[in-house]
Amino acid sequence: MLSLFKKTKMLENKMDDFLDHTSESSMVFYEAVKHYFLGTEAEFKSQVAKIYTLEHEADTLRREIENQLYTETLIPESRGDVLALLENTDNVINQVKGTIADFEIERPEIPPEYTDGFLKLTGFSGQAVDKMVKSIRAFIRNPQGVKDWLHKVYFYEKEADNTAENLKRKIFQSDLPLAQKNHIRYFLRQIDSVADRAEDVADRLAIYTIKRSI
Amino acid sequence: MLILFYLSSGLFLGWSLGANDAANVFGTAVSTKMVRFKTAAIIASIFVVLGAVSMGGGASATLGKLGAVDMIAGAFVVALSAGFVVYTMVRLGLPVSTSQAIVGAIMGWSFFSGTLVDYSALIKIVTSWIAGPILAMVFSLLIYYIFQKLTQKIHVHIFRIDLYTRIGLIVVGAFGAYSLGANNVANVMGVFVPVSPFKTIDFFGLMQFNSTQQLFLLGGLAIAVGIMTYSGKVMETVGAGIVKLTPQAALVVVLAHSIVLFLFASQGLHDWMRSLGLPGIPLVPISSSQLVIGAVVGIGMVHGGRNIQYATLVRIGLGWVYTPVAAALIAFFALFFMQNVFSQPVHQQVPFEFSLEVRDKLNEKSITIPKSLWKYQYPTAVACRRALLDEASMDHSELAIVMEYAKVELLKLQDPERFVQAAVKDLTPEQINAVVALEGETYRHRWQLGEALRAESDSWQITDPGQTSQHENELNLVCEIIHRQMNLKSP
Repeated sequence: MLSLFKKTKMLENKMDDFLDHTSESSMVFYEAVKHYFLGTEAEFKSQVAKIYTLEHEADTLRREIENQLYTETLIPESRGDVLALLENTDNVINQVKGTIADFEIERPEIPPEYTDGFLKLTGFSGQAVDKMVKSIRAFIRNPQGVKDWLHKVYFYEKEADNTAENLKRKIFQSDLPLAQKNHIRYFLRQIDSVADRAEDVADRLAIYTIKRSI
Repeated sequence: MLILFYLSSGLFLGWSLGANDAANVFGTAVSTKMVRFKTAAIIASIFVVLGAVSMGGGASATLGKLGAVDMIAGAFVVALSAGFVVYTMVRLGLPVSTSQAIVGAIMGWSFFSGTLVDYSALIKIVTSWIAGPILAMVFSLLIYYIFQKLTQKIHVHIFRIDLYTRIGLIVVGAFGAYSLGANNVANVMGVFVPVSPFKTIDFFGLMQFNSTQQLFLLGGLAIAVGIMTYSGKVMETVGAGIVKLTPQAALVVVLAHSIVLFLFASQGLHDWMRSLGLPGIPLVPISSSQLVIGAVVGIGMVHGGRNIQYATLVRIGLGWVYTPVAAALIAFFALFFMQNVFSQPVHQQVPFEFSLEVRDKLNEKSITIPKSLWKYQYPTAVACRRALLDEASMDHSELAIVMEYAKVELLKLQDPERFVQAAVKDLTPEQINAVVALEGETYRHRWQLGEALRAESDSWQITDPGQTSQHENELNLVCEIIHRQMNLKSP
């Protein structure tokens, strides 16, 4: 009986850890983008390394949680939902990692007048992820509180969309060569996608919450 | 040895009950994989036996009142018919009540033997069948509501809720199995109680294990075997009931169901309520399946009733009607075969007569019997009643009194030692001594034995027949035991 409590406690901790990793990845993401634009290479590299580690650890945690949920047939009613939630949350971290990896490999040349716009966009995406994590935490402890966070996710996702659109407009109205315009557009879309992934999770969460309250 | 053969039908019924009703307690827990079947089966088996042995007596007495099946071959057929109906319904995947099957079968016996049905007991039983599910519904509604409010206030982790639910399902399941054993063992072994072949076992003077308890132990074990061997299949299908239950809802359903079963089985609670001047909850075997349905409907109502599949509910309701009818019919025909093909007496001939003694006694109560009825002996209660209704004008209560006095039953205490054993739990030592002192005497009517006992000891304050009192119940018990012993001696 005691080991059952222990096991449950461990599983709870793993879930919390996984969410911590997700939330942290969004903060590190912002820092990494900031250092890329500042040109502080050493700091940028260290943030990139951090994101790789976070992504890797989050993957391991996710697999462990999924394994335990399946092998011990836990939460039979919500298992499918929680598993899908884990997978989708993992997509967010993957998106963060993929974007940063592209920055590191492709080294896009972005004129300094767009720096503020990019940082603003990254900030909004990060906020969307942060609120998404908070809504998941609410889902597993207090389903009634989920909706308080969901609308914030939607808010930041929309802000990110608007910012990305404005930036894109400016870039394509500029005299930059078309190849560069396209390259920059790709990165805009990548950063914006982080917020979109967070929105996907929020959409699912809204349904799961209704299911849990029935 | 023969008696063990006769008991086998009760054991079969017990097996059917275990196969069918354990699913009410652990069905959702197992079908949602919250509790492993093996764990559920072991816990259910242990607690069913505990409940049967420690608390099975109350409901069994009520069943005995409905129809005192007075020959062991009759009891065998009654239990077999009920078991057959339950088994068939389980095989067909229909929800079935063992309580209804056994009551139906007892009614079949009553019709076959021409015994008058104790309608007050029948009404008590049928009202309990209606009241039980309603109570379960109310309990589940309340518990579910409280449960919902609590989880909204206390923020518990989803995995922690899962753990608590698992533990809850096991604990409540154990309570449910205990209550099931306590309430439903009467269905399985009730008809055999007075003919129990077992002797009281004394554990170093510390504690006694009487013959009824041993019989209930056997019944409990039969239920346990049913759980182990067949209930798994029923549990797998229970998920597709009237509404799909979450494990938390299942916990509430099982709890509500178990509380009601417990209420209808607890002699202690019954006595306590009586001592407070409240009407005691009748100790009646009720259908565990019906309680679950009631409790599930209760939860459905919390959600505004939109999830309830009324068609399924109607199908189940129909089962409640045809179970007793089918059991009664099967018992009736099976008794016919037992008596005429296998030449086994399935009921005692209880004749009625208006001898001089009876007429004198009735005269004291200012009831006169028409002369045309004096010379006959009526072979059955039904025949006597018909004659009285045709020839004499009397109201319902007078009729009941006349029938009680006219009933002929030869009563002779032949084996005082066995009598003491059988009665030690229910009678005081003075009362038992008074009975034993009458060894060898023969009485033709029950009221004559009552009078003799009253003359023997002040502990026997027998009131007039037909007036329900503690002492009359005790006198009835004495007669039952004497009857069965006489039947055993002269097969």
